[in-house]
Amino acid sequence: MSDSNARAAIIRLFHVYRQYHAKNALTDLTLDIYRNEFLFVTGPSGAGKTTLLKLLYRGEKVSEGQVLVDGINISRLPRNRIHLLRRKFGIVFQDYKLIPTRSVYENVALVLEAGGRNARYVRKKTSSVLRTVGMENRLSAYPPALSGGEQQRVAVARAVVGDPTIILADEPTGSLDAKSASLIMGLLKAFHTRGATVVVATHDRALIRSIPARVIYLNEGQIAAAPTI
Amino acid sequence: MLSLHLKRALQDIRQNRLLNAVTISTIALSILIVSAAFLFFLNTTDMLEAWRRGIRIMVYLESDLDKAQRHAIETRIRKLYGVQAARFIPKETALEQLRAQMQRQSAILDGLDQNPLPDAFEVQMIPTASTWEKAEELARSLEAVAGVSDVEYGQRWVERFVTLFNLFRLTSYAMGGLFFIASVFIVGNTVRLILYSRRQEVEIMRLVGATERFILAPFYFQSMIQGALGGVCGLVALFIMFMLIQSKIQAVSVTGLVNLRFLSPGLLLTVVTASTLVGWLGCHLSLKQYLKV
Repeated sequence: MSDSNARAAIIRLFHVYRQYHAKNALTDLTLDIYRNEFLFVTGPSGAGKTTLLKLLYRGEKVSEGQVLVDGINISRLPRNRIHLLRRKFGIVFQDYKLIPTRSVYENVALVLEAGGRNARYVRKKTSSVLRTVGMENRLSAYPPALSGGEQQRVAVARAVVGDPTIILADEPTGSLDAKSASLIMGLLKAFHTRGATVVVATHDRALIRSIPARVIYLNEGQIAAAPTI
Repeated sequence: MLSLHLKRALQDIRQNRLLNAVTISTIALSILIVSAAFLFFLNTTDMLEAWRRGIRIMVYLESDLDKAQRHAIETRIRKLYGVQAARFIPKETALEQLRAQMQRQSAILDGLDQNPLPDAFEVQMIPTASTWEKAEELARSLEAVAGVSDVEYGQRWVERFVTLFNLFRLTSYAMGGLFFIASVFIVGNTVRLILYSRRQEVEIMRLVGATERFILAPFYFQSMIQGALGGVCGLVALFIMFMLIQSKIQAVSVTGLVNLRFLSPGLLLTVVTASTLVGWLGCHLSLKQYLKV
């Protein structure tokens, strides 16, 4: 690892282990993710892709090792400061994680409201982002009434509305048709172009081929040599 | 931000109408019972205090006493310990007073051939000696005076009543405490149930960077609304009951001597504030437990 790379890294993992019931999901993982990088994390199911993403936003704690985000060791972050870490991230979950009892607008606005933004800004920014993802006509619809592609677009809107430094996307196109998948990837690419660091966990090889980016291949919780993609 | 939390709290109440209705009803019932006991104490204490302040002993004289004898009796009464004043009430005046007190029912007195009331002295005790024990002692001394046919010390039963009343007061304190705990527990339980039904939403809010305060504030608002509404409903029910009881008492009261009063605006506000705090406390204890998990 060179000094220039170390300076540019926004996320650093040092000898990270994550165990579940004495079984390692991640083993001795050391990795730098650079500012404004577009990174794919790939590997077979159960390789530790989702676990890796969860460690970054303190969805889970490391069993051993250190995770630094923006220079802060998040393993030592007290519980009452975790929200500050999470505001650096925009997360697109595999299962969308939209609140079913809140409308499209409310789901997206929630991020800004939680961040203490004033009502006017919330209205303006939420509407603007929902327009960007093409959901401006479904503002008052509720998630159960949306298609998978639409739900994922709302999830992307929610992930980016707070202008996060880092966007994490866990299998963002997993259950989508080719057209919707292409749209979602286009959106992620657009936000990357605007300066965000984007980390996408996927096992979809076609998706990886669609964007020129660094690829990390995980196998049984360790970085391994990638097979031909 | 405040309006946002309030909006969320009202939304939650609408979404969980039944659960909230049960909670509000329980708080209302608790407030009703505790406030009814309090209202009873208030009015009873008023009456006891009025009686204590104005302990009067009526000394009825034998008939056919002349003026000199009456004067001698008055002198003896005034010399007794504890007597502040003794006022002579001729039987004609007594009859007029009775007629005035009976108001519309006074017509029944018109049928009397002669005045059945005796001459009497109304004895007023000095305030420092106005205790039930002293009054009883004085009544016994008055009975011993020659020319006195009867001494009416109408409040003798009050002493026994006060003992019973104090016992009832203690029981009510304990009952009030139990209802308070029950209300706190029920509010807490409602919060727990709603939290459980919204655990996914709470988790998502945490993931998008919401603070615990932001997540939990609507629960506090909701519980305080439940408490306040419960308090108001309980007081409205109490007021309706009070009006019914008051109208019944007025209908049977010949003399109109019983003047009941409802809780003052200050007390009403205190009750609503207290029930709001019950809501807050129930929520707080429940959330404290939840955050530990």
